[in-house]
Amino acid sequence: MFQACHYYHFFYTPLCFYACFIVKHFVVLSCKGLLHIHTCAHTGFPLGLADIISTVEFNHTGELLATGDKGGRVVIFQQEIDNKNVPQFRSEYNVYSTFQSHEPEFDYLKSLEIEEKINKIRWLPQKNAAQFLLSTNDKTIKLWKISERDKRPEGYNLKEEDGRYRDPNTITALRVPVLIPMDLMVEASPRRVFANAHTYHINSISVNSDNETYLSADDLRVNLWNLEITDRSFNIVDIKPANMEELTEVITAAEFHPHQCNTFVYSSSKGTIRLCDMRVSALCDKHSKLFEEPENPSNRSFFSEIISSISDVKFSHNGRYMMTRDYLSVKIWDLNMESRPVETYQVHEYLRSKLCSLYENDCIFDKFECCWNGNDSVVMTGSYNNFFRMFDRGHRRDATLEASRENSKPLQVLKPRKVCTGGKRKKDEISVDSLDFNKKILHTAWHPQDNIIAVATTNNLYIFQDKVN
Amino acid sequence: MFPKGTKRKFSDAGEEAVGGGGGDQGPSAASSSSSSAAAAAARTLTSSYSLQRQSLLDMSLIKLQLCHMLVEPNLCRSVLIANTVRQIQEEMTQDGTWQIMTQALAAAQCPADRLVATEVLCRQTDPAAQAGQSPKPFSVSGVEEGYHSEEVVMDGDVETEVTMSSLSPASPHASSASYLAGPFGMRPCWEEEDDDDEEEEGDCEEDEEEDSEECASEGEEAEQDHLRADSRTGEQVFGTFEIKHPAPPPDPALDELFSDVDPSYYDLDTVLTGMQSAPKMGPYDLLESLSSHGPTALSSSSSCRSDLNELDHIMEIIVGS
Repeated sequence: MFQACHYYHFFYTPLCFYACFIVKHFVVLSCKGLLHIHTCAHTGFPLGLADIISTVEFNHTGELLATGDKGGRVVIFQQEIDNKNVPQFRSEYNVYSTFQSHEPEFDYLKSLEIEEKINKIRWLPQKNAAQFLLSTNDKTIKLWKISERDKRPEGYNLKEEDGRYRDPNTITALRVPVLIPMDLMVEASPRRVFANAHTYHINSISVNSDNETYLSADDLRVNLWNLEITDRSFNIVDIKPANMEELTEVITAAEFHPHQCNTFVYSSSKGTIRLCDMRVSALCDKHSKLFEEPENPSNRSFFSEIISSISDVKFSHNGRYMMTRDYLSVKIWDLNMESRPVETYQVHEYLRSKLCSLYENDCIFDKFECCWNGNDSVVMTGSYNNFFRMFDRGHRRDATLEASRENSKPLQVLKPRKVCTGGKRKKDEISVDSLDFNKKILHTAWHPQDNIIAVATTNNLYIFQDKVN
Repeated sequence: MFPKGTKRKFSDAGEEAVGGGGGDQGPSAASSSSSSAAAAAARTLTSSYSLQRQSLLDMSLIKLQLCHMLVEPNLCRSVLIANTVRQIQEEMTQDGTWQIMTQALAAAQCPADRLVATEVLCRQTDPAAQAGQSPKPFSVSGVEEGYHSEEVVMDGDVETEVTMSSLSPASPHASSASYLAGPFGMRPCWEEEDDDDEEEEGDCEEDEEEDSEECASEGEEAEQDHLRADSRTGEQVFGTFEIKHPAPPPDPALDELFSDVDPSYYDLDTVLTGMQSAPKMGPYDLLESLSSHGPTALSSSSSCRSDLNELDHIMEIIVGS
């Protein structure tokens, strides 16, 4: 069961939910709405678009959870571990740090605004006391250092406590300043700014397992950076045609292999995934492997290509599989088999008959993300109506859960949801036509070790935990 | 669906009569087409399917054209929509429906304001990127995003014996064809994204006016030519058009003058100017001006002056003074 209720001062109600049949019983840990009907306490901004969550990412230990929003802000939550040995183990996530990562910019040459929306956040493995993360908007990647300060020096010789300089004539003795404890202060400072390397919109960043390099991918190119060097990057993939009118395919996501520092993959809008080996050549235009599933001719329609466009690609933690998300399904690929995926899960197949309407209202272009759990046994992705789906690979079971405050009562159980596809609608089922397509869950994240998940609706962040019985 | 008097090649076994043509036309078309439909067993084109396809095409073209404005449009989305349009176009070409539609459009008449619709919808992107693209006879220059006052000029090898006809306002096909000229007549929305050298054009209001005027009329011819070129693939069609602008050197004085003006007004300017001025330029004037291929080709100073007056008038309305 999941528990934990945690009040966060600008929004949420404590919720405990309980789902009956899926692998784990998920209970709402906390619901952190970055936006509420009142003003946001952190920024004082009135209700607005700035608080739409645009990315969610746990760090490598799961202790920290970072969210980025449309206003260019990053909010980091830290897990407070009360007592792991207690059966009713509750871990709460409290705000640890908030900072403005990116500001809106204006490209004067093209007379276009550059959005400050944070597209992706990726944590670096921790090397010392400080934490580092990469955050990116459409054009610029920044490396942020988040460090704690809980001591301050006191007893300067030349300065008073308030900072004023003392008159040197009044100093009669020499003393050594001492460090005294103070309230914990978390500082975020930008350490590197990687700019001006992308003509198109950056959609992915991925830190290499060598912890020295990372890649950034935009619609047509993938660049390789050294974390220390900001004025230079290497272009490793370029699919821009000589004549832009011949452009029919774009890069949608890219990721480094979790263990092999020479391997990365990138997905395209045509439903293909290319695995590249950087040892082969400097420019990885020629792929080492091409993963593509042949199209099912019975499902062919004008929207076939659009729904085959891959919105997210993620390697499994063990590095043997990768998962891709297209509009209607999640596919698991074995890296050794290019011809077809080894598993396919339908996320919301009932939308297949609604593709024309979804094309009309642009929902067909929504980019859903997906994630693995810590031991690669369960995968999760979002859907509409604030539903999210989990697929247990081993037991071949799946669940649909909902992240919403309206349906939540304190100490209630997370109920599995069901969408009625046709005919008679059973009680508690929701018909396809009454789904709210404005309530979409695009970003989800799974704690690297525990069964704690973070699910972002438009404005709210829900944290669910598996209750340990 | 089709203008009066045009016989359909394909039909769904003669159910629906061709619009407006009268009873005679309908059954005869139906009977002839039913036999041809029987003959062409491989591909029976039901009217509902073709209607759906047509509406999808219209929707896609609108989506492509309305890629705004303040923020760079999503390239992935644009590419996917363009691919869908291309797919529909290819299918329609195979069916022969494309031929019918383009012929119908060529035969029909249309007042200039239909072209205006094209112009209005052709929210052109920043073609600054086109500089440095495939080598063409005309100089290509960049135009700032906010003004989209570029002209479209035909390739040298495109035949010029295009009959300047306009589209019937009553025909929905016409509207879609005019939409078609949009993305095919202008560069696709994503063309702006290029880091090649771009020339910035000064905000010359006169140029804008002329350009939009040209654009509207040229849009018409471009469209006609495009329709003629229906047998080409989408790529070839894309490649037919090129942005040409005999850009005057950017004038710092003018830049300063217009620096504090909200660029979005310029969009409205060109649109409205296009609206007002398009009817004034006859199709044959356009042909003449095109053939000279020079900056002086854009001469229509008298219409410019009256356009300026109208522009002032419109601006007054907008500003609400």
